[in-house]
Amino acid sequence: MRWSWTDPRMRALVWQVAALAATLVTLWYFAAMAHQNLARQHIATGFGFLDNTAGFGVVQTLIPYSEESSYGRAFLVGLCNTLLVAALGTVFAVMLGFVVGVARLSTNWLIARLATVYVETLRNIPLLLQLFFWYFAILQPLPGPRDSLTLLPGIFLSNRGIVMPAVETTPSTAAFVLCLLTAIAAAIFIGRWAKARKLRTGESFPTLIVNAVIIIGLPGLVWLIASAAFALAPPVMGKFNFEGGWRVLPEFLALLLGLTLYTAAFIAEIVRAGIQSVGRGQTEAAHALGLSSGQTLRLVTVPQALRVIVPPLTSQILNLIKNSSLAVAIGYPDLVSVFAGTVLNQTGQAIEVIAITMAVYLIISLAISFAMNLYNARVAIVGR
Amino acid sequence: MTVNAAVKWLKRNLFSSWWNGALTLLVLYIVWSAIPPFLDWAIVHAVWSGEGREACLGPGKGACWPFIFANLDQFAYGRYPAELRWRVDLAFLLGLAGLVPMLIPRVPAKLWNLGYLVVAWPMIAIVLIAGDRPGLVGVDTDLWGGLLVTLIVAITGIVASFPLGILLALGRRSEMPVIRTLSIVFIEFWRGVPLVTVLFMASVMLPLFLPQGVHLDNLLRCLVGVALFSSAYMAEVVRGGLQAVPRGQYEAARALGLSYWQTMGLIVLPQALRSVIPGIVNTFIGLFKDTTLVLIVGLFDFLGQVRIQLSDMHWSTPQGAATGYVFAALVYWVFCFGMSRYSVFMEKRLNAGQIR
Amino acid sequence: MARRSSLASRIFPFVFGLVVGAGVLYFFLPGPPQGGKVQTAQQPGAKPQPGQQGPAQPAGSTLAEVRARGYIQCGVSTGLPGFSNPDDKGNWTGIDVDFCRAVAAAVFGDASKVKYRPLNAKDRFTALQSGEVDLLSRNTTWTMSRDTSLGFDFAGVIYYDGQGFLVKKASGITSAAQLNGATICTQTGTTTELNLADYFRGQNMSYKVLPFEKNEEALSAYDNGRCDAYTTDASGLHAQRLILKTPDDHIVLPEVISKEPLGPLVRQGDPQWEDIVRWTLFALIDAEELGVTSANVDQQMTSASPEVRRLLGTEGKFGEPLGLSNGWAADALRAVGNYGEMFERNVGTKTPLGIPRGLNALWRNGGVMYAPPIR
Repeated sequence: MRWSWTDPRMRALVWQVAALAATLVTLWYFAAMAHQNLARQHIATGFGFLDNTAGFGVVQTLIPYSEESSYGRAFLVGLCNTLLVAALGTVFAVMLGFVVGVARLSTNWLIARLATVYVETLRNIPLLLQLFFWYFAILQPLPGPRDSLTLLPGIFLSNRGIVMPAVETTPSTAAFVLCLLTAIAAAIFIGRWAKARKLRTGESFPTLIVNAVIIIGLPGLVWLIASAAFALAPPVMGKFNFEGGWRVLPEFLALLLGLTLYTAAFIAEIVRAGIQSVGRGQTEAAHALGLSSGQTLRLVTVPQALRVIVPPLTSQILNLIKNSSLAVAIGYPDLVSVFAGTVLNQTGQAIEVIAITMAVYLIISLAISFAMNLYNARVAIVGR
Repeated sequence: MTVNAAVKWLKRNLFSSWWNGALTLLVLYIVWSAIPPFLDWAIVHAVWSGEGREACLGPGKGACWPFIFANLDQFAYGRYPAELRWRVDLAFLLGLAGLVPMLIPRVPAKLWNLGYLVVAWPMIAIVLIAGDRPGLVGVDTDLWGGLLVTLIVAITGIVASFPLGILLALGRRSEMPVIRTLSIVFIEFWRGVPLVTVLFMASVMLPLFLPQGVHLDNLLRCLVGVALFSSAYMAEVVRGGLQAVPRGQYEAARALGLSYWQTMGLIVLPQALRSVIPGIVNTFIGLFKDTTLVLIVGLFDFLGQVRIQLSDMHWSTPQGAATGYVFAALVYWVFCFGMSRYSVFMEKRLNAGQIR
Repeated sequence: MARRSSLASRIFPFVFGLVVGAGVLYFFLPGPPQGGKVQTAQQPGAKPQPGQQGPAQPAGSTLAEVRARGYIQCGVSTGLPGFSNPDDKGNWTGIDVDFCRAVAAAVFGDASKVKYRPLNAKDRFTALQSGEVDLLSRNTTWTMSRDTSLGFDFAGVIYYDGQGFLVKKASGITSAAQLNGATICTQTGTTTELNLADYFRGQNMSYKVLPFEKNEEALSAYDNGRCDAYTTDASGLHAQRLILKTPDDHIVLPEVISKEPLGPLVRQGDPQWEDIVRWTLFALIDAEELGVTSANVDQQMTSASPEVRRLLGTEGKFGEPLGLSNGWAADALRAVGNYGEMFERNVGTKTPLGIPRGLNALWRNGGVMYAPPIR
């Protein structure tokens, strides 16, 4: 190979070496600068701080945590809180998004209009503003625990959030759960068998009814024969607040509400576009075959629409997870609030803490993308 | 006759089946239980005039509009000195003068117009707003606030991300593996992390990476973070446009003997960019909404300024908070909805062009 | 016609180029000196300082940087009445603000050469580390880890404080020992958060803590009833009670659960700047002990007391080792008065805060304010 600028391969090589060198020099420069600055200001470095005692309390902990726990533990507490709100938010947002998306295409004029208004309003208002609205304008001005609003018997709403009776296990819980699992396994088996038989002989089997009877009946029998499988422990009013019971923090409630409503508006648009992408001929053919509207939607339209829906849906779910970091603005103890907030402040080790935080979100993003790609490969058209 | 038609319409659109009829009634109930109380709060029982919080305190009172009227200037400019606000107005008027012809597809000289908007106007605006030049009185960035900061962050984000995004998009579609990998890593990194952490990084970590004696102020640091973040999203939008340009165009350009940059600059990018105008507008809408996050790192954008005024003891009432948030929501909504309509309009126009 | 238009079309690019060129040139012109800028604090143009001898300042030293810039960047709180609080015109007042002014007076002979940067509890350390501020005078507790691993040096104690609780009168609580099971609002990134944990652990009581980014948010959450108690330094409690909707419905509990020595701090690694800040504080305290006030500082110049003469620079050259003029302390005193004056003016019994001297009285009067001598 002769050295010549007109040779495209040579030129490509030069460009690439230059780009790589520029990147490395930049990174090296920043690293050297940081090293020098940290040394000059005597700022501690390294990840040893993760083992130090945190010493601060966290208001919602899904895993055992106390003030004596380490910063590393506090990180896990924050991560769990993030995952909790992200997981619940995703489930609710996808459900609501599908409903609203279908509603936008409803033949019912009023419902279609209402869905449009919902989408166009929530999509065009910043999420942070919506969180502030829910938290500062709606949930905080609620009455105190003593004057709680009763949502359902035993479930109270106040400015301390929602409290509900705790569900506790009894001696027959194990038997109940075992029966439930067995019933579900049986139902799946019956479903497969019925489908196979239908394909073979064309005879229908009332799968839905039989399975419902099994799933409700079998564990129900245990409940009747043995004793109640679960007991409710209602909250009691303590000196300051309800004690006992299960509680949902208002911060969590506001965040979940905000994330769900906001993301659902985007998902609704994706679902609508997906359904519209399915050709009219498909629906007409399904109707001609004698399928009802519900059946058409379930068996013909949605499976085809999913192919269009899944890729943008993935990015909305990723957005929801990333947006859960806005928790920091309303005091919900998520990863950013606990770790990039309090821990960063106590330790002052900005580089380490921010790097860990960003790495966690990157890993979550990559994992979700990977899982959704697998799912997408399954629903995508095979062959052709 | 008309009554008949109306009944027909109702029957077809609202009560086509018992199921639809039930849903209609349910929706009517929801609307009935939401709209009148809101109007009652916002208009009928609202306080429309008065001075200070006493006007809005008391049972049965609705929205506290005097709070909004009294603070409009702060919402727009923050603490920017009142006697110098004309400079901000002038800067944004000049921007509008460039933007309006840009948005109307029929007006010619788009390239010059773009040049003015992306190169000349930002320089003019910086001079006017910062005023840090001979003959003008400088204004420190601490004093900037309100809609001014919101617009500055959003516009800087989009203007800075435009060239960077195009380069990254070209890099990602490059045939050179090193450049492609670097572009992918850069894009996916910024797209994979939340903006909050990017802003934390910019405001907390960035100073540690600068040589001694070099200080960027908080606004500038956030702008760097926002520009990097949005360039990754812009790159993906532009990439979509590049992919939509038919292969034949590349091949034809090559066959004519055009170099890579000539091919991109003269043939591919003009087509690609035109087709991604809706995408760019949508990115801008997202960025405009995301600017609210800068309040988490201590800048006072429009939302931040509303919150500051809310905590002012002179006006602090429970209804004031709700009024402030509703007003802020309305302002953001008008901006974002307007832009999204424009994006839909452009999309339709482009599609029409394609069919023809 | 054709000729004219061709002439115009030949001139146009030239004129256009000229205008654009001039514009670009103007854009890249350096800005005017900082004096002409509208800032948080107004200041007149910088004057060269007479009597600036002293040791050579190493390049990159904070003092050299500050001199070149023409003003001190001082980190203060976003608003804590009595300590650092902006009025509606953006003028800052408070004991922490006065200290910034004192340092500016010591360095420049002009107390107005300060720019205040309001900082959250969370952002304050970053701002100091990054050099965004030269001095943090923001009711910050002196702790060992902040002094050692965060890379700071505390210059002294300007206010001895302790952490307390604010509760609603209606709750019937009169002592912190009754707070078992309470939800408590506080600001994140403070020692308060840690002391709270320590206190409840030590008393074997349970609690829920709700930390907020901003003080105002924590206070408003408490005011709205989201929390049963609000906790911060006792001085802050007195100040912040005043901005609640109905201050009289709330009381400060008698317990003080921690030691909170609040003081100004600087970056580690610049001993000269640290000395300037430290000795400005000591000079203010020494002045109270010696009876030098803002009103009598000029008469005291001729005082017979050698201690006073050393303080005011009429005897010895104590400013020089700091890189300042020998009248540095006199300049500071002229601007803000001695420590006692600062205290009474900002937080004392005659102010709305009404805080008695208590621990912050001079050692001779039963307090712990004690400054090493200038000699």
